[in-house]
Amino acid sequence: MAEHYSSFQRGGTRWLLQRVTAVFLIGVLAFHFFLLHFVNHASEITFLGTQARMSQFGYFATMWLFLVTATFHGVNGVYNALINQGLEGSRKNAVKWLLVLASLLLVAQGTRVALAMTNLV
Amino acid sequence: MSHSYDRGFIEDFGRWREFSAGMWAWIFHKFTGWVLIGYLFTHIAVLSTATASDPAVYTNTLQGLEALVIVRFLEVGLLAVAVFHILNGVRLLFVDLGVGLEAQDRSFYASLVLTGAITVASVPTFIGGVLA
Repeated sequence: MAEHYSSFQRGGTRWLLQRVTAVFLIGVLAFHFFLLHFVNHASEITFLGTQARMSQFGYFATMWLFLVTATFHGVNGVYNALINQGLEGSRKNAVKWLLVLASLLLVAQGTRVALAMTNLV
Repeated sequence: MSHSYDRGFIEDFGRWREFSAGMWAWIFHKFTGWVLIGYLFTHIAVLSTATASDPAVYTNTLQGLEALVIVRFLEVGLLAVAVFHILNGVRLLFVDLGVGLEAQDRSFYASLVLTGAITVASVPTFIGGVLA
């Protein structure tokens, strides 16, 4: 068998959630890029066009779940990469809560932005 | 099935000649991951300022950014990073499921080649209208 490298300890909760969110993100990231660069060209995007898309509940829900899962996947990846590099003890705890705080702020602000793009509220 | 390896420090870049395909895949996945999470925070920050006031500000901000050649090239770079992370991510899911372990070095090379092909094919779409 060829060598297999990973920053994650296989079998743990963080490892499993990283894989579950990855499956969702593979489809949604590709969809997001394709829709906003190849179907609707980014240079032609207007607020009215964005509002029309984001005001559809299904699209809004998909984009919001994209925000939440991408934030978790990204921050969990950073956390595990740092642990893999030797982060431990009180520094590990401090980094963990800093990343949790950054994630909550990003999701909260991302939700505000998403709502500002709709006519749902 | 599961093995652990002493990877040493990747920061010691003088060791790069010793790296196997799996090591390169790990480094590239990590690098593209850092870029993508950095971009996610930046993306929300830019959209926050663009949606803070009048709808015209949003349209002008996005179209103003898209008028810059450097932004178009950065978008091509972002696509390359995202495509590699997706393709190598699929490869990692298969590795974790124990599927195709004997071909994991070849599947890494396939991820690289496919990323290159998709990136090159996307250039006309990304650059269209800004260089003319």
